[in-house]
Amino acid sequence: MSDRGLSVGSGVNQTLPGQRSEPLLAVAGSFARAFDALFEWFGSLGIFSWKVLRASVTPPYEWRELVRQLDEVGSKSFPLVALAGAAVGVVISLEARYSLSRFGAKSMFPSTLVYSVIQVMGPVITGLVVSGRVGAGIGAELASMKVSEQIDAIEASAINPYRYLAATRILACILMLPLLTIAADACGLLTGWFAQALVEPLSFHQFIQSGFKGATFSAFLPQTFKTAVYGLIIGLVACFQGMRTSGGAEGVGRAATNSVVLSSLFLILADVVLVKFILVVFP
Amino acid sequence: MATTYDIAMKQADLKEDGSAPLVAVENVHKSFGNHMVLNGINLSLDRGETLAVLGRSGTGKSVLLRLIIGLVAPDSGLVRIHGQNIAGMALDRLGEIRKKMGFLFQHAALYDSLTVAGNVSFPLEHHRKEMSRSERDDRVKQLLAEVGLEGDLEKMPSNISGGMQKRVGLARALALDPEILLLDEPTAGLDPISSGEIDDLILRLQRERQMASIVVTHDLHSARTIADRLALLDQGRVVIEGKFEDLQQSDIGFVKKFLKQS
Repeated sequence: MSDRGLSVGSGVNQTLPGQRSEPLLAVAGSFARAFDALFEWFGSLGIFSWKVLRASVTPPYEWRELVRQLDEVGSKSFPLVALAGAAVGVVISLEARYSLSRFGAKSMFPSTLVYSVIQVMGPVITGLVVSGRVGAGIGAELASMKVSEQIDAIEASAINPYRYLAATRILACILMLPLLTIAADACGLLTGWFAQALVEPLSFHQFIQSGFKGATFSAFLPQTFKTAVYGLIIGLVACFQGMRTSGGAEGVGRAATNSVVLSSLFLILADVVLVKFILVVFP
Repeated sequence: MATTYDIAMKQADLKEDGSAPLVAVENVHKSFGNHMVLNGINLSLDRGETLAVLGRSGTGKSVLLRLIIGLVAPDSGLVRIHGQNIAGMALDRLGEIRKKMGFLFQHAALYDSLTVAGNVSFPLEHHRKEMSRSERDDRVKQLLAEVGLEGDLEKMPSNISGGMQKRVGLARALALDPEILLLDEPTAGLDPISSGEIDDLILRLQRERQMASIVVTHDLHSARTIADRLALLDQGRVVIEGKFEDLQQSDIGFVKKFLKQS
């Protein structure tokens, strides 16, 4: 009997100490390693965030790179976000018409569509689409720069990579997400109305008047501007994954995948928290 | 011939005129995981001097250069530039010291989204903001002419050869008129003619600009051509440091073997 089997088995499973303790130890070891990796990841993310924050509030400011990233994140994501928003508008329109008809509440259609698109679907869909396009792009770009020593070359040229590469990309994501959300919402409302108007005559003017009747800014603005937090998550996770990568082409692929998966996951989790927060602060 | 102990003693003291060496590496240890790369290394570099660091692959030559420019932090020991210890220094403060240094990476590490001219212009755009665009363009042309690439300004790094990439990397390293030039395997992977051209180029730049250089190489011929002093590394330590003749006269087995195989 091994020492390990004896020490774990005694007092718990005295009949089969060796056989039972080793798989248990292996499972415990796996959990310990997973927790270790998890804490290491969050710890490194915290240090990374602090370095980016410190770099972003101290001069020199990288205005040119920021403008380039605003274009990269904003303008180049616009077609995809608009298309996703439009598709969501049509789907909600079709589903809402069917459901509302069953309960004799067809008159509620405009406000149902407006609230569904602007408060719920628009922000989340925009976040997920940008996470897929921009998150993967930033993760892969920075990871490729990291493995080919380009980030080291930037640093060796006395340029702070946390300021030049990370802060500009993260800020661009924070600034562009709300604007892209407004674009997605607009496309969703337009296509939602159009899908309804094909079935029943409804002018756009009537649709908007009825949909926004009694609505206040506080009903829509927090939901739209919460996407700035999504932008922070997407930019931060993608930059972090990209700039810490190692291991050549495989590492680049892993960084891109992890950027999308982790930013999407954190985005959905953040949505839960933010929805509750907004309901409490803006009742 | 200086022993490791002599070298360590020499670095511990200031020079006769009271000034500190331009670069001083003092008793530096560095490990990656369980693998000890540098094991108490001592080196120094004075103004206008060229030091070649030789050794087998994996003996920590490139890590040494990365320590000197602050890309890697030592586990223990000091890395002094102009007498200031850079280990643990904040990034922006370190940046001020890095402006006086040029670094040529082993694989050039050119920015693949920028043209040849864009690569050379990059440090100027960030640190010579007082320069007008035309002045900057002229400076880029002059730097690329110095490395013999005046006709390739608009080419992308992926469209030029390895030797040309090294030249662009060298032009980029020279952009801010550094006092210290760090060259990581400047001739590795190049044919003998291109290697010779790079060596000539480095010699000419040293002559014209009077800058101090540390050249990491495993090419003994190149080291002998361009360096005033040579340091041979083995197992993370300086085995011998001196002129080429000192290495030739050494009785140390590793030195004899290295010279014989090179």
